[in-house]
Amino acid sequence: MVPLSWYLILAAALFSVGLFGVLSRRNAVAILLGIELMLNSVNINLAAFWRYGNVLDMAGQVFAIIVFAVAAAEVAVGLALVISVYRKRNTVIADDIDLMKW
Amino acid sequence: MTTETLIWLIPFPPVLAFFLIVLFTNKNKVLSHTLAVGAAFLSWLGSMIVFVRALGVEHLGEHPFESSVNWLPTGDTWFRIGVLIDPTGAAVLFFVSITIFMIFLYSVGYQNYGQPQGDHDVKGLPPHGATVEEHGHKHVVPSVEPMYSRFFAFLGLFAFGMYVLVVSDNLLTFFVGWEIMGLCSYLLIGFWYAKPSARDAAVKAFMTTRIGDVFMLLGIAYLYSATGTLSFREIFTEETLQALATTMTPVLGLSAAGLIGLLLFIGTVGKSAQFPLHVWLPDAMEGPTPVSAMIHAATMVSAGVYAVIRMFPLITADFTGHGLTTTMSIIAFIGAFTALFAATIAVSQNDVKRVLAYSTISQLGYMIAALGIGAYVAAAFHLITHAFFKALLFLGSGSVIHGMEHGVLHTGNHHVDPQNMFNMGGLRKKMPITFWTFLIGGFALSGFPLITAGFWSKDEILADAFGHGYWWVFGALALAAFLTAFYTMRQITLTFLGEPRTKEAEHAQETPWPMTTPLVILAFFAVTYGWVGIPEHFPGLGGLVPNWFHEFVGGTLAEHPEALAFNWIPLITSLIVALGGLFFGWLVYRNVNSVSEDKLQIPLLKNKYYFDEAYDVLFVKPAYWIAETLVYKWMDQRLIDGTLHIFGPVTDKIGSFIRYYIDLLIVNQAVGDGSYKVTWWFGRNLRGVQTGRIQQYLMFALVIFMLVGAALYFYFRYFRLVA
Repeated sequence: MVPLSWYLILAAALFSVGLFGVLSRRNAVAILLGIELMLNSVNINLAAFWRYGNVLDMAGQVFAIIVFAVAAAEVAVGLALVISVYRKRNTVIADDIDLMKW
Repeated sequence: MTTETLIWLIPFPPVLAFFLIVLFTNKNKVLSHTLAVGAAFLSWLGSMIVFVRALGVEHLGEHPFESSVNWLPTGDTWFRIGVLIDPTGAAVLFFVSITIFMIFLYSVGYQNYGQPQGDHDVKGLPPHGATVEEHGHKHVVPSVEPMYSRFFAFLGLFAFGMYVLVVSDNLLTFFVGWEIMGLCSYLLIGFWYAKPSARDAAVKAFMTTRIGDVFMLLGIAYLYSATGTLSFREIFTEETLQALATTMTPVLGLSAAGLIGLLLFIGTVGKSAQFPLHVWLPDAMEGPTPVSAMIHAATMVSAGVYAVIRMFPLITADFTGHGLTTTMSIIAFIGAFTALFAATIAVSQNDVKRVLAYSTISQLGYMIAALGIGAYVAAAFHLITHAFFKALLFLGSGSVIHGMEHGVLHTGNHHVDPQNMFNMGGLRKKMPITFWTFLIGGFALSGFPLITAGFWSKDEILADAFGHGYWWVFGALALAAFLTAFYTMRQITLTFLGEPRTKEAEHAQETPWPMTTPLVILAFFAVTYGWVGIPEHFPGLGGLVPNWFHEFVGGTLAEHPEALAFNWIPLITSLIVALGGLFFGWLVYRNVNSVSEDKLQIPLLKNKYYFDEAYDVLFVKPAYWIAETLVYKWMDQRLIDGTLHIFGPVTDKIGSFIRYYIDLLIVNQAVGDGSYKVTWWFGRNLRGVQTGRIQQYLMFALVIFMLVGAALYFYFRYFRLVA
C-alpha cells in the first residue's frame, strides 16, 4: 500500500499549483480554477486521512462531500459574478476590477 | 338554629346595615333608618332568644354557651377566636341590646325624621329649622338632619363594636370591638364637624381613651406572653390563675396577675372616664344626644366596666379575702375617688347634659370601686341598672333639649341656649311624658328607696363596702350618693318644676312618639330591673322575689360569692342620703330663678377643678411646644434642613469637580476625542493597503499566514515542547 505521505505530498503539490494559479493568473475564471484545485487538494487530504485512520468513522468522507457541495455552489456564484462583471465592464482581468480601493 | 350560631350572628346585622347605608342607601333617608333600626331589632331579637335560652340552662357558669374557630396560625398551634355567653355575658347582652334598640328608635325622632329640609342647613352643623306656611302664616319648625343616613351608619358600626365586645370569648376580639367603639365615638362626637367645639371634643375623646388603650394593649401582650392564650375560659382556670398570681414582677412588687390586671384597668380608666382620664366625657356632650346615650349608657363606658368584670378572676387571683391587693386597692381608690369627685362637679353644672355626664363618671366610679373591693355581683348589678336609667336620663334630656329647640324656633331668639337648665323651668306641663320618665330615671339615679332599680344596686354596693369593712370606700360612696340625689333633684327642679323662666320654655313642646316610646320602655326597666336583685335578708321584701340576679350572675365565677348578711347601717345610710339629697335639692332650688341666685356656682367646681387647664399646661402645651418648637423649628428646620443645606453645596462642588476635571478632561477630551483621533490617524495612514486588487490581498494574506505559521511553529518547537 502506498504510504500516507505520498498522498499528502500530492495534495500539497496540488495546493501549491492552485495557489500559484490564484495569485498569478490575471483572468478571473482562471483564478476560480485555482481555487477549485486548492479545494480538491483538501479533499485528497480528507480522503487519505480517513483511509489511514479509523475506516468505520465516516467523518472524512462525509466532510469531503460537503466540500464538493460548497465548491460547486461557490463556482456557480463565482462564474455568475464573473459573467455579470464582464457584461458591465467588458473585462475579466482581476487587476482591472479595482473599484473597491480607497 | 343552635344558640352558638345565633350568638355568632348577633353582631352582624348592625355592621351589615352600616355597609349598606354607606355604600348604597346614603341618599335615601327612609331606607337608611329602616335598615339601621331593623338591624338593631334583629340583634335585639337574637339577644333576647339567647338570653331566654341562657335562663333555661342549669349551671350556666360552668357550662356557658361557647364556640370558637381557628383563626391565626401561631406556629404549631392556632389562635382561636369565638363567642362566649356566660351568665354575666347574658345579663350584659340583655341590657345592651335593649338600650341599643331604644336608642336607634329614638334617633329617628331626634334627627327630625319627617320634617322638611332646612332653609339654610349645611352638612356638619345641627339643623337650624325650616320655614313652612300653614293656614296663611309662616312659622319655623325643626328641620331634618342633613346627614341623616350617615348618623345611622355610624350608630350601626358602634352597635357592632359593642356586640363584638360582649360576645367575645377572648381578649383580642374584645379589644377589636373596644377600638371600633373608640373610632365610632370619635366619629359621632364629631358628627357636627363644622362646630369647632365638636371637633375638639372628638379629638380629645379619641386621644384620651387612646392613652388607656395603649396600656390595655400592653396588658394583653403581657398576658399573651405569660399564658400563651387570650381566651377567657383558658385564662380563668385555677392553674393559670395560680401561676400568674405567684409569678412576681419587678413593678411595684405586683404579681403578674396584679400587673396585667392593673394595665387592663388603665384601659378601663380611659374608656369609662375614670379619674384622671375623665376629662373627655363631659366634652363628648357636643355630639347629638342619642350619641351621648349610646356612649354614656349602653355601650362605651359600660364596656370599660364590663372589661373589669370580665377580668375579675384575674384581678382577684392573688386576693385571699383578707386585705386588698395593691391592684384592687388602686382600683377601689380610683373608683371611690372618681365617684365623689365627679359628683361634686356635677352639682355646679348648668348644662342639662353635662350634669348627666358627670353623674355618669360618678356612677361608673361606684362600679369600679365595687369591683375594687371584690363586690362582683353588686358591680354588675349596678352596671345594668345604671345603663337603663342613665340611657333613660340622656334620652330624656335629649327630649327636653328637643322641646326647648322647638321653643327657640318659635321665638326665633337663637341666643337662648336650649341646653341651659336656667332657661327652662315648668316643663312638666309642656312635656308630661318626658317629665314623668325623667323623674323615674332621676329617682332611680338617686336611689329612691324600694321602688327604683338604682336603690337596690346602690344599696348592694354600700352594703358590700360596709360588710367587708372598707370604711373609706363606704364613706366616699355614701357622700357621693348624697350629692347624686342632690344634683339630680336640682336638675329636675330647675328643668321641670316651678314656672317657665324664658319665653322659649313656655313654647316647648312634647316630642314625637319615636322619642317618647323608648323613654317609657326604659323607664319600665329603670324601675323593675331592681326587683330581680333584692337581697334575701332584706326586711319585709326579702324572699318575696328570689334574688335571681345574685344567683345567676354570681354563677359566672368559679367560687360563687356568698350573699351578704343583712345590716341596718348601710340601709339606713342609703335611705338618708337618697331622701336627704332629694329633699335638699328641692328645698334649695325650688325658688332659684337665675344663675346669680345659685349659691353653688363655685369657680373651682364650675371649672371642674381646673383639670382641663392643668392638662393643657402639663400635656397639651408641651406637646405643641415639642411639635412646633422642638421638632419643627429646631430639629426639622435647623438640624435636618441645615444638614441638607450642607449637602447641597458640597454635592455641587463635587459635581463641578467631576464635570471639569473628569468629564470634560478625561472622558470627553482623552477618551472621546482621543479615540476618534487615533482611529482617524490609523485610517489615514493605513488606507494605502486597500488597493482593490484581489490578488494583492491574497498575497498579504499568504504572507501573514506564513509569518504566523512560522511563529507558531517556532514557538511550539523551541519553547513549548522544551519546557
